[in-house]
Amino acid sequence: MQKYSGFGLIKHALSHHENWQRVWRNPKPKKKYDVIIVGGGGHGLATAYYLAKVHGITNVAVLEKGYLGGGNTARNTTIVRSNYLWDESARLYEHAMKLWEGLSQDLNYNVMFSQRGVLNLGHTLQDMRDIQRRVNANRLFGIDGEVLDPQQIKEIVPMMDCSDRPRYPIMGASWQPRGGVARHDAVAWGYARAADALGVDLIQQCEVVDFIQEDGAATGVMTKTHGVISADRIGCVTAGNSSVMAAKAGFRLPLESHPLQALVSEPIKPILDTVVMSNHVHGYVSQSDKGDLVIGAGIDGYNGYGQRGSYHTIEHTVQAIVELFPVFSRVRMNRQWGGIVDTCPDACPIISATPVENLFFNCGWGTGGFKATPGSGHAFAETLAAGEASDMAKPFSMFRFHDGALIDEHGAAGVAH
Amino acid sequence: MAQQNRLIEGGRIARDSQINFSYNGKTYPGFVGDTLASAMLANGIDVVGRSFKYSRPRGIVAAGAEEPNAIMQLGATEATQVPNVRATQQELFAGLVCQATNGWPNVEFDMMASLGTVGASVMPPGFYYKTFMYPKSMWNTYEKFIRKAAGLGRSPLEADPDRYDHYNQHADVVIVGAGPAGLSAALEAGRSGARVIIADEQAEFGGALLHSKQSVNGMPAMDWVASVVAELAELDNVMMLPKSTVNGYHDHNFLTIHQRCTDHIADRAEKNQSRQRMHRVRTKWVVLASGAHERPLVFGNNDVPGCMLADAVSTYINRYAVVPGKKLVLMTTNDGGYQAAFDWHEAGREVVAILDTRSYQGTDTSAVIDRARELGIKVLTGSAVVEVQGAKRVSAVSIASLNSQGDQLAGPVSQLSCDTVASSGGWSPAIHLSCHTGSRPVWSDQVIGFIPGETVQKQLIAGAIGGTFDLQSCLAQGTRAGAEAANNAGFTVDATASGATAESVAETAPMALFHIPHPKETSRAPKQFVDFQNDVTAAGIELATREGFESIEHVKRYTALGFGTDQGKLGNINGMAIAAKSMQKTIPQTGTTIFRPNYTPVTFGAIAGRNCGELFDPKRFSAMHQWHLDHGALFEDVGNWKRPWYFPQPGESMQQSLERECLAVRDSAGVLDASTLGKIDIQGPDAREFLGRVYTNAWAKLAVGKCRYGLMCGEDGMVFDDGVTACLADNHFVMTTTTGGAARVLEWLEIYQQTEWPELEVYFNSVTDHWSTITVTGPNARKILDQVVDDIDLSNDAFKYMDWKAATVMGVPARIFRISFTGELSYEINVQANYGMRIWEAVMDKGAAYNLTPYGTETMHILRAEKGFIIAGQDTDGSVHPYDLGMGWAVSQKKPFSFIGKRGMAREDCVKEGRKQLVGLITADPKKVIPEGSQAVDDPKQSIPMTMLGHVTSSYYSACLGHSIAMAYIRNGHNRMGETVFYPQADGSAIEATICSPIFLDPKGERQNV
Amino acid sequence: MFYIYCPHCEEHREEEEFHAAGEAHIPRPLDPENCSDKEWGEYMFFRTNPRGIHHELWVHSVGCRKFFNMTRDTQNYEILEVYKIGEKPSITSAAAKLPAQSKVQEGV
Repeated sequence: MQKYSGFGLIKHALSHHENWQRVWRNPKPKKKYDVIIVGGGGHGLATAYYLAKVHGITNVAVLEKGYLGGGNTARNTTIVRSNYLWDESARLYEHAMKLWEGLSQDLNYNVMFSQRGVLNLGHTLQDMRDIQRRVNANRLFGIDGEVLDPQQIKEIVPMMDCSDRPRYPIMGASWQPRGGVARHDAVAWGYARAADALGVDLIQQCEVVDFIQEDGAATGVMTKTHGVISADRIGCVTAGNSSVMAAKAGFRLPLESHPLQALVSEPIKPILDTVVMSNHVHGYVSQSDKGDLVIGAGIDGYNGYGQRGSYHTIEHTVQAIVELFPVFSRVRMNRQWGGIVDTCPDACPIISATPVENLFFNCGWGTGGFKATPGSGHAFAETLAAGEASDMAKPFSMFRFHDGALIDEHGAAGVAH
Repeated sequence: MAQQNRLIEGGRIARDSQINFSYNGKTYPGFVGDTLASAMLANGIDVVGRSFKYSRPRGIVAAGAEEPNAIMQLGATEATQVPNVRATQQELFAGLVCQATNGWPNVEFDMMASLGTVGASVMPPGFYYKTFMYPKSMWNTYEKFIRKAAGLGRSPLEADPDRYDHYNQHADVVIVGAGPAGLSAALEAGRSGARVIIADEQAEFGGALLHSKQSVNGMPAMDWVASVVAELAELDNVMMLPKSTVNGYHDHNFLTIHQRCTDHIADRAEKNQSRQRMHRVRTKWVVLASGAHERPLVFGNNDVPGCMLADAVSTYINRYAVVPGKKLVLMTTNDGGYQAAFDWHEAGREVVAILDTRSYQGTDTSAVIDRARELGIKVLTGSAVVEVQGAKRVSAVSIASLNSQGDQLAGPVSQLSCDTVASSGGWSPAIHLSCHTGSRPVWSDQVIGFIPGETVQKQLIAGAIGGTFDLQSCLAQGTRAGAEAANNAGFTVDATASGATAESVAETAPMALFHIPHPKETSRAPKQFVDFQNDVTAAGIELATREGFESIEHVKRYTALGFGTDQGKLGNINGMAIAAKSMQKTIPQTGTTIFRPNYTPVTFGAIAGRNCGELFDPKRFSAMHQWHLDHGALFEDVGNWKRPWYFPQPGESMQQSLERECLAVRDSAGVLDASTLGKIDIQGPDAREFLGRVYTNAWAKLAVGKCRYGLMCGEDGMVFDDGVTACLADNHFVMTTTTGGAARVLEWLEIYQQTEWPELEVYFNSVTDHWSTITVTGPNARKILDQVVDDIDLSNDAFKYMDWKAATVMGVPARIFRISFTGELSYEINVQANYGMRIWEAVMDKGAAYNLTPYGTETMHILRAEKGFIIAGQDTDGSVHPYDLGMGWAVSQKKPFSFIGKRGMAREDCVKEGRKQLVGLITADPKKVIPEGSQAVDDPKQSIPMTMLGHVTSSYYSACLGHSIAMAYIRNGHNRMGETVFYPQADGSAIEATICSPIFLDPKGERQNV
Repeated sequence: MFYIYCPHCEEHREEEEFHAAGEAHIPRPLDPENCSDKEWGEYMFFRTNPRGIHHELWVHSVGCRKFFNMTRDTQNYEILEVYKIGEKPSITSAAAKLPAQSKVQEGV
């Protein structure tokens, strides 16, 4: 792998950038792999990378029906934080956070992970009780966080209306300084490049149309473009499309796929230096390095695979933003879009074995999968390598919806991004 | 030198209305009817901005929504700043103040530019992914500089003084665009009687005709437009919306139209006027007649000010009487481009040459070539501009001949002196809206562009959006589309009427050419810009594909192509063509481009409308709200309700108020406005059976006149609401719910009745707002009730705990419930809401002798916690079942019907050992109140991560008991009574507490039974 | 934003008046006590969640408060039918036809 650095840039400038290597190969798929990852989004690519890097399993293919990182990885609001309530999820997201903190160097690709801090606002007394509960749990778990009052919030976000004027005045917030944002596309590309360098085959425009099964065990996949490709183990990481993939394998999942919308303003000069999230009024905003205000909306209530949602959802979110930031009223919304999020009843993901032997699913990340990308990939790689759920993945079995051992993160996950 | 580029006559400007505007601190004249851009060009302003990456000087390129460079900071005052205003779309008004958005110290002398030229070579696309990684700690520093360099204009720092509103509209036909096709459609649909809305982003209707010299129906085109507008104005069923952009096309024919009501008058709306309005339109049919955008050609240094779109040149000359230069070189791939040279020539300025990229065989010629030669204009066919010279303005161009495919130069490079280069690479249909609902566009080789694809929307297209650029065809298509839309919407169209006509012009086929070859490799040639705003070059796109970014989405994301505020209107197709060519693919093989709303950016204020502040969410008040206000209550938001939180007296701290309120209740009497609790009236012969299914406990034997407390669970067995239900008659009950849970509970009851058990005859009605509820509680409650209740015996024998009675209170019919959430003798007086205030005041009046003290939700919470009563939502979180709460007594396992929650709470995980269970806590230090949300541990000295046992849900200082109390979850807590746990705090301390029953006061319940 | 025909009110209203309530036709088991944990879990949580034709439950929550069923395409969001509780859908497969595309495109 051609190493990236500032010095390299200067060197390549002298040759007019004509000699940069491809970021990844464009290989022909083999007949058989040790592991096939279905889905070339951030989580799938991270899984492939850690399979190769941590477990030495490099005979791996990532099959992507479109282009790498083209699903929710390309469509989210890039918020990274780990301040989850329950031990099981805090462990997973904090593991991801630690990986984030060295990811650019690990991948030799600048994913622009920017720890500008995340504020989760509270607007009612119950919000504040929930915030206290979560921050206390985080602190004892070893996750950074504190509870701020409106005055302290004002110092961090001077442009936000922390007065009594709003319909639901800000009563306080949790503050995770290590939280922040990252450049979403770069995460997919960085993982893809690093996985490719370790020998992983990244096959784009290769849609999996069925799973090949023998005696209740998966032995490979049928693809639209390259016929049957065999594998010892298959990991399906297809986000919003997971139920469709599960149906092909013959089982159902406890998921609903919903539209989740986001929008950006036109680029403006730096005005918001941190991530502000409010589950109560459904407003999630940060400012990207390009200067756009990146805003997440609430989830649409119906099932939808259309990568778009309803306009009134956008309206409510913009109302929340203008309510929180009256100074943004004259700033203009440039573009909106939608992703497809597969939501679990307990707002926690599924990293799990399935009724089909050798077939594993990583899905159900709902509205908050991006932040977990490294942790998810790490835990799923370990699961695929061992053929059974890793310790970190165990609580996230799909079978918890049978025995009742749910991990209810609605409070911490909210509609949060 | 004022307005040196203004022609003496012509244009659609009001020459008798000269107005001044200020740009970068200097005042310039212009006319009413100008855009900011036309006025700037009239005054010879070449440089209007700096590119953000390379700091290159940039000038005005276009005349409409596709303009990438002339992005201004508008506003005369701090509060009225508007960032990123496109000068080509901003109408000029007197006193307009604007600045360029990038450039330091200013756009003319930019310090960054020197860095730009040197730095540009190390800033290919994606350079930031390849660097700034080492040392790791430096990223924050690097990022600060990146952020400062990025962004265009700035947000105001003061709140917006203006207001915005919404119109909800229903229409039969919405027509997008008021050019020749749109106007024809509107006329046809309007005449049929259909409700028509026709919207256009420009100040005037006419579209391309506004700067056209063509004729329609034998008259000058704008005369025809005027006649159509006049006719439409006479039709009551037609709404015309100029200055209104259809910015979004959503499912089921829902469109949003962003109307700028006052942006053409001032940067601040007049008092009582809305600055902007969003029309939210549901329509039966849509006619998209949104036209097309001209594509520039991509060549070396094509961003030097003076490089413009050919049609923009015509627009400035014909519509604004501004010639944006002296010596023009025109390059075109199509006949239409010639018009700019003709207009330039007619304006009396020099056309140096027309370079037609098409090769003509032998003596082949075309009508436009002939006409140009008649005018004495030099036409060079098979030729192109390969590079521009000049820094802040074009000074010359290098030209060369092309091979017939246009992919190689076929001759030597020569020079032409000029100050303006107009280019036309053909037209890209404005298909944006058709993409918004998920329809994928399709490439047409004939159009050399994408046209709208299949859709499930009830939508028609007409004119240039479908790749039809000939005026006669546009008029005819518009007429047909208007008729068909009206017809489809159920209106009868006069079939004999024919639309307007124009002369058809024979055209020579355009050439599919996007990127002009250069003598040097693209990577070594001077920069050839594709997306001006994001400094995306042809070399950058080629580099992206060379590096393996092969999907067009990858190319766009890697290079930022199309991510500017013009959203790729100018550059997307060129970029796709260059990417395709570098991979030896066709454009459709490379992928389509999907546009998302908005078509052009929309103010957040307009989207939010009036729904902020007071109107962000409704406020609900009880009938006694004014009394609470008058008596100094502070309020808590509970759902939509404003509930009194506590009633501080002058000089009191919150804690002092709470202690006073609590002690009053325990010692004598207190009064609570409980009106906000959800109340659901339940009637029907199967009401009782239904209650038994949705509550965990038994209801079969509840007698008329009795009340019972119930827990409500989900199918998973987890508690989600609770409350008291009273039996009013054998088939009539009234259920109370939590304040915040009322709507959810009602929907819960309805869904089971309607979908699961429709055979049960039972009806539900929300009666929350019908009743005011006044809770009088405390040892003296009965004495107070005695004075206001007219007609019933309140003695303990006659009116028992958990009874309810109909009574008359101060002459008003009432229901009195003897139920208690404080553990004291309590009566809840329910009267019709409009009597609420009167009865409340009467109760207060009679209670004065007993120190009857109003209290709010906080005291209510303390009083109930002393009794160990839960609050659903505070002491439950969706993960606890009744047994976790120690409320197994409220679960009847014997009921014949498997009530909701029964099966769920029997699942493996729900019956296992070691669940978190609700307990009470008493702190070692009786004064110490454990903060709510604190997490319990057995050993506060253990290392992190600590093993947590559960959290504190409710915690207070109990003035009555003289020590603090808390309710908390503890793993296996019901078996740990008397044991000690610790609550580590943020300051490093740990609060020690002993596990106990959560019933701290009167465990036998004697006080409420007196 | 959807435009929904309420079969009880018998008119089209805006989506803002309605509330999606998940997949339709999932009857509560008649004998919950005899369901295994797995069966009960499947009833509560597991869904078909199809890409394409979906039968779903909606409620006219700020209108008549009545529930009804809807057959909708989850890809293009077209509402193919609404029908009352207790009724069966008439469109059940991908056989659902798209309305004929009509465009005015060619010149005359």
